[in-house]
Amino acid sequence: MGRRLQIRVVDIAKEFGRTGALRGVNLDIRDGELIALLGPSGSGKTTLLRVIAGLEAPSAGKVYFDGEDATAVPVQRRRIGFVFQNYALFKHMSVADNIAYGLRVLPRGERPKRTAIIKRVQELLDLMELSDIGGRFPRQLSGGQQQRIALARALAVDPRVLLLDEPFGALDAKVRKGLRRWLRELHDRTGHTTVFVTHDQEEALELADRVAVLNAGLLEQVGSADDVYDRPASAFVMAFVGDTGSIPVECGDDGLRHEGRRFAASFSGSCHGAARLYVRPKDIDVVAPADCLLRGRVLSVRRTATGRRAQVAIGLGDAVLESELLLGKDIQIGTEVGVMVRQGRVFPAAMSG
Amino acid sequence: MFERSRKGLSPPPVTTERAMIRALLIGLALVFMALMLILPVVVVFTEALRKGVSIYFASFSDPDALAAIQLTLMVAAISVPLNTIFGIAASWAIAKFEFNGKSLLVTLIDLPFSISPVVSGLIYVLLFGAQGVFGPWLKAHGIEIIFALPGIVLATVFVTFPFVARELIPLMQEQGNTDEEAALTLGASGWRAFLTVTLPNIRWGLLYGVLLCNARAMGEFGAVSVVSGHIRGVTDTMPLHVEILYNEYNFAAAFAMASLLTLLALVTLAGKALLETRYGGELAQR
Amino acid sequence: MRLKQPSPLPGFALALGYTLFYLCLIVLLPLAALVAEAAGLGLRGIWQVASEPRVMAALRTSFGLSLAAAVTDCAFGLLIAWVLTRYSFPGRRLLDAAVDLPFALPTAVAGISLATLYAPNGWIGGVLAGLDIKVAFTPLGIFVALIFVALPFAVRTVQPIIGEIDRSLEEASATLGANRFQTVRRVVIPMLTPALLTGLALAFARSVSEYGSVIFIAGNLPFVSEIAPVLIVIKLEEFNYPGATAIAVIMLAIAFLMLLAINLTQAWSRRRFGHV
Repeated sequence: MGRRLQIRVVDIAKEFGRTGALRGVNLDIRDGELIALLGPSGSGKTTLLRVIAGLEAPSAGKVYFDGEDATAVPVQRRRIGFVFQNYALFKHMSVADNIAYGLRVLPRGERPKRTAIIKRVQELLDLMELSDIGGRFPRQLSGGQQQRIALARALAVDPRVLLLDEPFGALDAKVRKGLRRWLRELHDRTGHTTVFVTHDQEEALELADRVAVLNAGLLEQVGSADDVYDRPASAFVMAFVGDTGSIPVECGDDGLRHEGRRFAASFSGSCHGAARLYVRPKDIDVVAPADCLLRGRVLSVRRTATGRRAQVAIGLGDAVLESELLLGKDIQIGTEVGVMVRQGRVFPAAMSG
Repeated sequence: MFERSRKGLSPPPVTTERAMIRALLIGLALVFMALMLILPVVVVFTEALRKGVSIYFASFSDPDALAAIQLTLMVAAISVPLNTIFGIAASWAIAKFEFNGKSLLVTLIDLPFSISPVVSGLIYVLLFGAQGVFGPWLKAHGIEIIFALPGIVLATVFVTFPFVARELIPLMQEQGNTDEEAALTLGASGWRAFLTVTLPNIRWGLLYGVLLCNARAMGEFGAVSVVSGHIRGVTDTMPLHVEILYNEYNFAAAFAMASLLTLLALVTLAGKALLETRYGGELAQR
Repeated sequence: MRLKQPSPLPGFALALGYTLFYLCLIVLLPLAALVAEAAGLGLRGIWQVASEPRVMAALRTSFGLSLAAAVTDCAFGLLIAWVLTRYSFPGRRLLDAAVDLPFALPTAVAGISLATLYAPNGWIGGVLAGLDIKVAFTPLGIFVALIFVALPFAVRTVQPIIGEIDRSLEEASATLGANRFQTVRRVVIPMLTPALLTGLALAFARSVSEYGSVIFIAGNLPFVSEIAPVLIVIKLEEFNYPGATAIAVIMLAIAFLMLLAINLTQAWSRRRFGHV
């Protein structure tokens, strides 16, 4: 039995009381891929993960593991590895006993000998680069260490798929970055099909082969990081993945109008009638005012981790766009400027919610 | 790949037992509770009414029975208020102030819970009994404590004084001092702050503690048995009278008296449950 | 006792003063009498009383049966607490309230009721008599009465802990392949052990001091079904104050030692199994 499992989720719906946490989700997970379920809280991403795991029963729909209907199979028999957001390490057991747990609860016939279990536990500790802490107890470990032990525990029974629920959520930024890199390396080495849930789009884009974006129980888009970032399928995806600003526009045969005024912009997406133009700060330039450009006034200039940004009020309404300023460029607050849109996307107004 | 997957059904909820096991465990618990807890209470009433309703009510017109009821009520009427005042004073001192020896004080307050009721009565006999420390002195002055009302009150006070304090101390500690301090800054005197701010805050906890204190005061057997001398019609409380009637094989009357105490217990439990569900937030968190 | 730091709240002296006065009068003075009497006896005197065969038998009965009843109560208490916390069924609320019955019911009432129930012609006693099992007037009767008396302690100690168990631990166990029985045995029960031990201690302490519920069903036959508190009462009725005191002191000492042992075990289990 290989570790590369293909998972298919068909028309999955899940209701908690009257709230629909998932509303008709269809997703194909390729064997061996590392896929992220990305979305804000309440989007249903954790629910979907738990349905795949068998921790929740769907109200409708089916789950297939390698073509076989797994919907009614209890979680114990799905041969999955699950890592919880709060690690869920057994506090009353040592680290070694935690890792060995899955092996010890195997039925008599399948259970390895004691020596084999001890060997496997040490292998996993070595893999996690935590070789010496087998005798310690979870409360003696840091968050990052607990996370790796939780992963080791899940890996011990050689699962066919790894399911991670916001694995790095509770850790501070530096530790998170290190563990992200390390998880990617681990995946490249072991080749497990891995599904992980996150609300951090940076994490999803950096780690995953593909990203599935969820919003309010629906799957908005599935694709590679580039697909999702450069070719968002909906306003939500565009706004959620990466920084975005938007302004209301009118679409006509002759191009875009903002507050009645025609302006030049380079954009993609179909455009009819009332719509919104979405632009990322790096795709906007602030230049001298010109008739054919959007008009705006600089509201503020602030430092960011990577440079400087100007906040520009567009036109007469509330619309505000942010622009990443080129190095060395200096702008005074209150200056009247022209705004050049090098690359934007237009979505119909109705979609923009 | 999956052996024996159950077609069509959803997987069972993960963190609970199979339905059949659940039913078995519930059944086992119910049977145990019915046998050990419910049945004894039922027996009280069936035995009390065994000889018919008229005998049941007639047993209460017996002068000794009436005296027992009266004594029990009097003892409760004295000891419960005394312990309530103590409880309020002790929790005011303990909850609102910081001082050394606090934990010793709390341990002392918990003491009656760790002592057998018989020993609770014993200590008063040692103090005031015929051969006790003050025995001769009391005899010389014609004062009766043991084998009389004062002794019974003392023993009852001893076994029940923790109830109000134990309820109020954690409650007042949770509530902190800020309300009272606010009242003081607005010009209220200490007493006024206490009456208008503290008391309303603790009223449900106070009621809860008084309820439990009263139930125990009226139902105490062991300690009172030791100090009372079992003098019919004079130093018999209701529980003691139950014992006397039972030992005389007068079962109907014994259970009739017991049924009154049982009704008191049921009312106490109902009051307790009501307070916990309605005002749970204003009681001490256990 | 002086205040650690001055407080704007008034009434400290009054409240503390009254509290101490009350405690001295009601608690410390009588306890001092006990200590004085015991001191008068000396260790030798106490040992003399303790080594009387009848006293030894009563102490064995009291402590042995109390421990047995406490253990039984912990087992059933766990069951009841689990069922009340984890499952919902009609009448659950009522049953939850009923657990407190032994708290609220006067011991004498429980005593005569249990005695009647388990008498040879009682509802349960009759059934058991058919199986040749005698309950009334035997240690078994004491055992049954103590189970009744101490049950709430066992249930109420472990009940809140069950409610606080982190379900994701049970889910984790399931994802690792453990069936429900394995999860309960390897993950849930160890987490409840500290609370169970606390319940054991409380149930035991309660059982040892029990008097009213036991004397009716026990029959108080010397060397068979006589508990230590009964002996104290007998000695008092004989005006044998030293004798009664001696037994009381022994009871307190043994109870203290056993509670100490249980508390130490509980502290160890807290460290070993951790908090829930």
